[in-house]
Amino acid sequence: MKLPSGWSLIRAYTILIYVWMFTPIVAVVLLSFNPQQFGSFPMEGFSFRWYFRLAGNATILGAFKNSIVLGSLTAVLTTAVGIPAAMAFVRYDFRGKDTLNTLLLAPIMIPEVVLGVALLLFIRWLQQPKSFVLLLIGHVVLTLPYVLLVVQARLVGIKKEYEEAAQTLGASPFQTFWSVTFPLLAPAIFAGMLFSFTISFDDVTATLFWATAHNQTVPVKIFGMLRNSISPEINALGTVMIVLTVSIPLFAGYISRRFARAAEK
Amino acid sequence: MKSDSWKPWALLGPSLTAVFFLLVIPVCFVVVYSFWLRAPSGNDIPAFQFGNYAKFFADFFYPSLLIRTIRVALETVLLCLVMGYIPAYFFYRTESSLKPFLMILIMLPFWISFIIRTLSWINILGDSGLINHVFLKIGLIDRPLAMLYNEAAVLMGLLQYLLPFMILNIYVSLDGIDKSLTEAAKSLGCTEWQAFKEVTLPLSLPGVSAGCLLVFVLTCGTYLPPMILGGPGNDMIANLIFKRIVGTLDWPFGSALSTILLGLLGVIVYTYNRYLGISQIFKTLQ
Repeated sequence: MKLPSGWSLIRAYTILIYVWMFTPIVAVVLLSFNPQQFGSFPMEGFSFRWYFRLAGNATILGAFKNSIVLGSLTAVLTTAVGIPAAMAFVRYDFRGKDTLNTLLLAPIMIPEVVLGVALLLFIRWLQQPKSFVLLLIGHVVLTLPYVLLVVQARLVGIKKEYEEAAQTLGASPFQTFWSVTFPLLAPAIFAGMLFSFTISFDDVTATLFWATAHNQTVPVKIFGMLRNSISPEINALGTVMIVLTVSIPLFAGYISRRFARAAEK
Repeated sequence: MKSDSWKPWALLGPSLTAVFFLLVIPVCFVVVYSFWLRAPSGNDIPAFQFGNYAKFFADFFYPSLLIRTIRVALETVLLCLVMGYIPAYFFYRTESSLKPFLMILIMLPFWISFIIRTLSWINILGDSGLINHVFLKIGLIDRPLAMLYNEAAVLMGLLQYLLPFMILNIYVSLDGIDKSLTEAAKSLGCTEWQAFKEVTLPLSLPGVSAGCLLVFVLTCGTYLPPMILGGPGNDMIANLIFKRIVGTLDWPFGSALSTILLGLLGVIVYTYNRYLGISQIFKTLQ
C-alpha cells in the first residue's frame, strides 16, 4: 500500500520522540563511565572506577541479593497462583467469570501509592513488623494481574483437543498433564515468571512503603542515595540495573524463539 | 460437563484468596482507618468521625494539591496524546523491516526501573546536565539555566514514564482497523487526509480513550517525579500521602487522603467503564 503523503514528516516526528525518550537513558550509561568526581558532562575519559566502587560496597551488594531473592520468589509464587487462575478463565465457563476477571485485574487500576499504604496499614493492624514477607506478599499482589494477562494471552492458543486426545488414547490425568499440558504451558509459565521478576526487581513506588533499612531492594537503595543529588555511583548502579532488566527479557525472547524453531523441526 | 463445575473454582481459589486478603481487606482498612482519631501521643484511636476529612477541606492547602494533581494529570494526558499518536500511526503504516525492532524499543522503557528513568532527567536538565553543557559550550548562555525543580521537569519524568502506554494503546486500536476501509474511502473519492479523518481516526478512538484513562490514573498514583524532579510547589496528592504515612506516621489522615484519591479515581474509572468499557485497556497490556 502506498505510504501517505507527509510520510517523511511522520517519520521525522517519530524519530524525534525516540531521541527524546532515550537520550536521558543513554546519558545515564555514558556518565557512569566518566571518571570525574561529579556525575555530569563533559566526559573526561572512560573508566570503570565507579563500578569497582559499587562492587566494594557491602550495602549495595546486599540490596542486589535482596532484590534477586525477592524477584525470584515473587516470580515462583505469582506464577504458581496465577497460572491456575488463567486456566480457569480460558478453559471454563462459570457464573461471574467477567466480574472475577475484572477483580483480579483491579490492582492495575488502583494507584500504587494506595496499595502501598493499604498493605502496610493491614500489617500494622495485625501487629506484625515490616519484614521480607511483607515485601514478598506485596510484590505478589503487584505482579499477579500482569502475569494473568500475559499467561491468558498465551493459553488461548493451546487447544483443549490435545488433552482430550491424550485421554482418549488411555493416558491418566496426571500423564496427560505431565506430557501434554505442561510442555505446551511451559512458554506461558516462563513468560509469567520473567514478567513478575522484572516488575518486582524494578518496583519502587509501593516498595518504598514496605522496605526497611534491613530489607532494601536496589531501587530503594538508589532512592536513598539520591538524597544528596546525583552521583556517578548512581549512574553506574542505574546502568547495572538497566543491563540486567533489559537483557533478561531480550535473552528470554531469543531462547523461546530457539525453542519454537527446534519444535518445528 | 456439569460435574466439572467445581474445577474453575479450585483453580481460582489461590488467586482469589490472595487478592481478597492482600488487596480487598487492606483497602477496606484504609477506608475504616480514615475515620479514626490520632491521639496527641501519636496513638490511633478507633472512632467514627469525619475530623480527617474536615481537616482536608478546612483550608485551601490540601484541596489545592488535589486540584494540582488533576491539572498535572490532564496536562500529561494531553501531551502524551500529542506526542504519542503520530508514532503509533507510524507503526501502523510503516512497511520498514525495522518495525519489530522499533516496537521492542518502544517497550524497552517498561523494563527499566521507574526510579532510573526519573532520575535520568537530572543528567539532562541539571545545572551541569547535557542541555546546559551544550548551550554553555556554544555560547548561547553564560550561566546555567535552571530547568530542574519545576513543573516542566516533573512533566518530563511523567511523560517518559507514560508515553509508551499511550503509544501501545493507540497502536493496538489502529492495528485492528481493516486497511481496505481506507482504500475503499479513497476509491470513493476521499483524499488521504479525509480518509484519515473520516475512517482511521474515529476507529482509533477506543485506543485513544483507553490510553488517556490509563495515563490519567497512573499519573494520579505516583509521587516519584514530583519528589525527584519537582520543587516544593510541585507536590501532588501522592506525595502528601507518602509524607504523612512514611514521614509523620499520621495514619488516620494518610488514610483519609488515600480514600479521597481512591474515591476520585473510582468515580472516573466507573464512569469510563459505564460508557466505554474497560476491557480495551487489558487487551493492550497483553
